[in-house]
Amino acid sequence: MRFDLDKAMGIHEQALYVRSRRTSLIASNIANSDTPNYQARDIDFKQVLRNVAGMNEGERLKMTQAGHIQPGGMSAQDAELLYRHPFQASIDGNTVDAQIEKAEFGQNAAQYQSTLHFLTGKITGLRKAITGEP
Amino acid sequence: MSLLGVFDVSGSALSAQSVRLNVTSSNLANAETVSSSIDQTYRARHPIFATVLDAFNDHPSMAGVKVKAIVESKEELRMRYEPQHPMANEKGYIFLPNVNPIEEMANMISASRSYQNNVEAINTSRQLLLATLRLGQ
Repeated sequence: MRFDLDKAMGIHEQALYVRSRRTSLIASNIANSDTPNYQARDIDFKQVLRNVAGMNEGERLKMTQAGHIQPGGMSAQDAELLYRHPFQASIDGNTVDAQIEKAEFGQNAAQYQSTLHFLTGKITGLRKAITGEP
Repeated sequence: MSLLGVFDVSGSALSAQSVRLNVTSSNLANAETVSSSIDQTYRARHPIFATVLDAFNDHPSMAGVKVKAIVESKEELRMRYEPQHPMANEKGYIFLPNVNPIEEMANMISASRSYQNNVEAINTSRQLLLATLRLGQ
């Protein structure tokens, strides 16, 4: 079996990229929490990762000709930026809710660390396979 | 690496919020500065924040903050009749700044909370970066 180091890390490499991108996005929201007319933005992590990994088995399109393409296989860099829907509109046109952003930031940081944990597991496995130690 | 960009973005917010704190403390310090004419009286100042998108071109999603301008409040100055006051004009009036201490206190609390939020964002990103550097060790 041919071994491909690029694919050894699985989806986690892309997931880490999206997580880090989301960290900076939410940091931008927090930074602009007092800027008039600033619109809070975010990425739908689930949707992006689904686009990267390809669609679910049942949702695949039927390919009857050579030129047909399958959706999915997108790169994590193409993640679509969405606007956050504010619960209560601010009088200066700002849609940042500091509490929500802080909660999202903390959650995202924890998820980033869990992705790192998965990657560490993969690397440990590879290293064991290379050195042959139990 | 977009985690490094957090330092730029949150750093710009820290500097903007500290300008806001400075302006607020200047207003509070001058809240009772008396003068004898309208032109010489201190007026409350307020910073105007604006989003910066250009500075972080490689990541169009990232947006820092800058202080676009510091404007003087257009509210009316306080005028008080005090003929014995050494600064009183020929009609016996002194002029006091249009600083609203309650508004300034609220501004100060908001600025300090925002400052703390940004410091927290920087700290968390730094921890994540260091954890990424240790990956596989």
